[in-house]
Amino acid sequence: MFVLIVGCGRVGSAIAHSMLAEGHEVSVLDEDAEAIALLERGQTAGWEERGGRFTEGTALEIDALLAAGIEQADAFVASTDGDNTNLVIAQIAKRRFEVERVVVRVLDPARARWYAEQGLQTVCPTQTAIELLEAAVRGQIRFEGVSG
Amino acid sequence: MYVLIVGAGKVGWNLARELINKSHEVTVIESDQSRYAVVEQELEHSAQYGDGSELWVLERAGIERADLVVAVTGDDEDNILISQVAREKYGVVRVVARCNNPRNLQHFELLGVKPVISATDLILRLIEHEVPKYGLVHLLDLPEERLEIIELEVAHGSEAAGQAVKSLGLPDGSLVISILRDGGGFVPTGDSVVEAGDEVLLVLDVGLETSVTERFADHSGAAI
Repeated sequence: MFVLIVGCGRVGSAIAHSMLAEGHEVSVLDEDAEAIALLERGQTAGWEERGGRFTEGTALEIDALLAAGIEQADAFVASTDGDNTNLVIAQIAKRRFEVERVVVRVLDPARARWYAEQGLQTVCPTQTAIELLEAAVRGQIRFEGVSG
Repeated sequence: MYVLIVGAGKVGWNLARELINKSHEVTVIESDQSRYAVVEQELEHSAQYGDGSELWVLERAGIERADLVVAVTGDDEDNILISQVAREKYGVVRVVARCNNPRNLQHFELLGVKPVISATDLILRLIEHEVPKYGLVHLLDLPEERLEIIELEVAHGSEAAGQAVKSLGLPDGSLVISILRDGGGFVPTGDSVVEAGDEVLLVLDVGLETSVTERFADHSGAAI
C-alpha cells in the first residue's frame, strides 16, 4: 500500500522506517527540509535511494499534499507536532481525498476522545502513557527497560 | 448577548472592546502570557489566560452558554478547530471565524466552518474593485447557490459594443441585470443597446465568467 506520513519527527520518521522496511510505498511530508536527516540516521543509503519519497511543504497546503501523493494514498498518518494541524489535515484526507485509512496523533486526551467519537481514528500517546503508568503504579504490570 | 472571543490580537482585542461598549458580556481568551497581561490591564475580568483550543479552557470560559463564538487567532488550524468544536460539540449556533491565509478558505468550507472572514481576501476584493483587471469586478459571490454577480466594462472594439442586449449572444445561465451609463443606471430590456464605455452588471452561473467576459473585451486586434 501507499502510505503518506505528514510530520517527520520521532513518531513520523519511525513509522516511515517500518513501513518502508515492510515493503510499502512511503511518502513523507514535512515543513522542514532538514527533517529528512531523521529518516537517514544510522542508514548507509539515503532515504530516497532506498525508495522513500520526501516532500518539503506545509501540511495545510493542498499543493504540498498533492505533491506528496495524497491522491494515491491508501493510508494517511497525521503526526506533526500540532494537535490542531493533525486534526484538520486528517479530516481533509478523509473528506476531500477519501483516503481509506486515516490515523491521527493527538497529544491532548480531551480532543483525541471527542474527535474519536466523531469517527476519526485518533491515537493519544498521553492517554496511553497515563494508563500504562497507572497500571505500573498499581503493580498490575511490570516491565523491564522501556515499555510502550 | 454573551460573546466568547478566542485570540486577543488586534482583531480580538478591539472586537472585545467594541462589544463591551455595546453592553454585551464578553470573554476573550489569550494563550500568550505577555499579551494576556497587556489586555487584562484594560479588559480585567473579561480576559482569560489559556489555550483556547483546549476544551477545558473553552468550558471554563462558559462556551456552553455562549450566544456567539469568534475564533480570531493567528493560526487557521486553531480557528477551524475552535469553530468546529464550538458548533458541533457545544452546540453554539453562531460562530464566526477568521481565515488568515486565503488559501486555507477551502479547508474552512470543507469542514463546515462559516461564516469565515478573510481580511486579505476582503482587501484583495477592494483592490480588484479599485483596479479592475480587464474591467471585471466581482460584486457578489453566492457559492452555495452557484451564482455570481459581476460588473464589466464594455470595451471599445468589443463584440458587445453597439449591440442590443438580446443580440449579445450570451450563454444560457447569464443575464444582464443593469447597465450603468453617465453616472446613472437602468434595468435593460432585450432591445436596450449596450455602448462602449458602459458598465454592465450580470448575474451568471459559476464557470461562465470567461465566456461572458470575452464578449465585452476588446477584440479589435490592435496588438500592443
